[in-house]
Amino acid sequence: MIKVDNVSKHFGGVKAVDGVSFDVADQENLILLGTSGCGKTTTLKMINRLIEPTSGAIYIDGKNIIEQPPETLRRGIGYVLQNNGLFPHYTVAQNIAVVPNLLKWDKPKTEKRTAELMEKLHLDASYLDVYPNELSGGQQQRIGLARALVSDPPVLLMDEPFGALDNVTRSKIHAEFKALDELKRKTIIMVTHDVQEAFELGDRICLMNKGKIVQSGTPAQLLFNPVNDFVKDFLKHQRLQLEFKAIKLADLWGLLPELNKEAKASSFNAGSNLWETLESFKFNNGETVNISKDQNESKAVSFEQLMSAFYQYKNHQAHE
Amino acid sequence: MNEQQQTLWQFMQQQSGKLQEQTLQHIGLTFISLCIAVLVGLPLGILIVRRKQLAGLVLGIAGVLQTIPSIALLGFMIPLLGIGPKPAIVALLLYALLPIIRNTYTGILGVDAAVKEAAVAMGMSKWQILFKVELPLAMPVIFAGIRTATVINVGVATLASLIAAGGLGEFIFGGISLNNTNMILAGAIPSALLAVIFDLLLSMVQKISFKRLKRVLYAFPVLLILLCLFYILPAKSESKLIAGFTPEFMGRQDGDLGLRSKYGLKIHTIVISDAVMYKAAFEKHLDVISGYSTDGRLKAYDLVVLDDDKHIFPPYYAAPIVRDDVLKKFPDLEPTLNQLAGKINDSVMTVLNYRTDYLHQSPERVAKDFLVANKLWRAERGGSDGVVRIGSKIFGEQYILANMYSMLIKGYTDHDVSTKTGLGGTKICFDALTNNQIDFYPEYTGTGLLAILQASPKTVNEVTVNRDSTYNYVQRQFESKYQIKWLKPIGFNNAYALMMRQQQAKQLGIKTISNLKRFLDKK
Repeated sequence: MIKVDNVSKHFGGVKAVDGVSFDVADQENLILLGTSGCGKTTTLKMINRLIEPTSGAIYIDGKNIIEQPPETLRRGIGYVLQNNGLFPHYTVAQNIAVVPNLLKWDKPKTEKRTAELMEKLHLDASYLDVYPNELSGGQQQRIGLARALVSDPPVLLMDEPFGALDNVTRSKIHAEFKALDELKRKTIIMVTHDVQEAFELGDRICLMNKGKIVQSGTPAQLLFNPVNDFVKDFLKHQRLQLEFKAIKLADLWGLLPELNKEAKASSFNAGSNLWETLESFKFNNGETVNISKDQNESKAVSFEQLMSAFYQYKNHQAHE
Repeated sequence: MNEQQQTLWQFMQQQSGKLQEQTLQHIGLTFISLCIAVLVGLPLGILIVRRKQLAGLVLGIAGVLQTIPSIALLGFMIPLLGIGPKPAIVALLLYALLPIIRNTYTGILGVDAAVKEAAVAMGMSKWQILFKVELPLAMPVIFAGIRTATVINVGVATLASLIAAGGLGEFIFGGISLNNTNMILAGAIPSALLAVIFDLLLSMVQKISFKRLKRVLYAFPVLLILLCLFYILPAKSESKLIAGFTPEFMGRQDGDLGLRSKYGLKIHTIVISDAVMYKAAFEKHLDVISGYSTDGRLKAYDLVVLDDDKHIFPPYYAAPIVRDDVLKKFPDLEPTLNQLAGKINDSVMTVLNYRTDYLHQSPERVAKDFLVANKLWRAERGGSDGVVRIGSKIFGEQYILANMYSMLIKGYTDHDVSTKTGLGGTKICFDALTNNQIDFYPEYTGTGLLAILQASPKTVNEVTVNRDSTYNYVQRQFESKYQIKWLKPIGFNNAYALMMRQQQAKQLGIKTISNLKRFLDKK
């Protein structure tokens, strides 16, 4: 879907981005992770040509992005900024309608699509005539997301989209983000410096340092097979939580005992990570959760059984 | 004068028609120039945001323009654009530019970078970003600039009256030259009020929320244009001829007031300083002007004086005035000075003034040429018998007369002469005479009557009916009050006069002020 091929960007003598290459598959969530100044935001902005690369090429759907006018390119790519970048002189409805107006949609179509998005993002329709400064930070960020999604672009670029939010609001929006069906269809590249966020939202992570990609792979690959000490150190903080987030129930499937499912217990898909599953326990006596894999298979497991499977899995990883 | 005893309120009521006209002109002048300044300044501001290397240059030039004193800027405009509204509007426009350009520039640069980036990232073109994002968000700052420019313009527009562009400056400068406080205030208070009111209104616009911004954005240009019309509309109802009068003439009984009350003259009048008035008449910007009847520019610009057939201008016949004790001491002085009596009429004096003022010949040479031509000149006799001290006021005509008298005394008597020319005004000259600093100087009957004797309006009315009654009155009064003798009049009358271009006056058959009135009343 997106191919970044040996792209560099020099500002004067400084190599902000230095020979970066990566591919993003269709409907994949790629996270560009790194500390500030590592070149991740510059890399992102070269994809919608907010910044032009010094050398290298970027392809979307096999087409070099410099082949079309930047305005046309950008109208087909959703963009979410850290400080939301909403137009303070436009109402919420006008803000969301910016791209449809550029694409010359008719009014009913824009209104219908706006209403649909407002509902999906749990925003009350009464907010439509309100100005951005009258909304909370979380609401503003949702409007920013709605504005990026309104024309249903196949690609979404997000520059630290949740960086300005407090922890409680952020985890709430993370949950919504993962649940939003619109986003599941999109190819997303997101920039963040927050390791937890990267592990929670990313299918794959590119860890960057000093303009170069140090390692790219799934969260589990980075965690359990770091290529060097930089990666290991970067993930050292709250490592246990990262491991819980990196490990999917499907990874543990073979290590879990076969038990019939319980009627009353809550259910998880095998694609869920261990963290979410463990978090759901209320610690009653003999409590289990149901895990379903594909359509027909399912298991009921207890907290202790999950932990034991996790222990075996880690042991196994360590000896591989 | 008694008129000055009235209150400010009475004055404003009495002059309400003029006050209204001047106020509307003032508003019009302010906003026409503001309109153009916005049309020029806004694009320039946008340009220098796009091309930052030009910013220093453009802001620098606008800044330098701002530092030029307003009177000087108006002066620079006259050779380029003549007189009237055009140079005034251009000068005001130049003053208004800096705040508008600068605030447009800083306003656009001050727009939140994240908002600009969002606009770019959503695929807006340069122009869409400008009109949909940058300008609306910079609007409060831009309005602040327009507000500053408006207040500056209201102030500077008072100076526009000096170059015949009208406005409240007419009252202010007329009041200053007539020493009429009511008149000054009648111009100053409304112009200060205008500045305060416009500032207040624009500050309200500036603070308006985004919700109502759109409506204001549409209303504002409409309002601006309406305000501009104040100036254009009255200008259209012109009479056949245009008169240009000095601020002083406008306020005098023996000036515009007399023309209205005694002749019933109704003419479209603009106020103008006498420095540019004659030239403006020559260049056909004006048709009738208020000048001095022996001014050299009369000849330089081929103008003709209209006969004052109802005698509203008091006679200003020139004659030497001498202290009685001097005449006793030098018995041969009186016949010597009287040799000039009746020799110089208005047109001769005008020519002599023309030679000194315009051809820049020295007063000595002009005086000698005249005496030689009239066979009055004689070689000096050495001057062994005492010294006669001659005084003169500080303008060309008086220098010429002083030189003639000096030559006559040296040629016809044995007295020597010392001249004290260039004594500031009437008061200085007259004090020098009474205090025995000088022995005589040329004075004018009208000045003697009004400035020295300060006769009551009733007396003035009685004695100014003709030249002799005025002369006789001042002669009697000076003799009894000051023991000073008026010798015989030299012949010319340097009074206020209405004048027109010779060619036009001939063409229209206008010789007197009554002719002029009849021509104007004819439909």
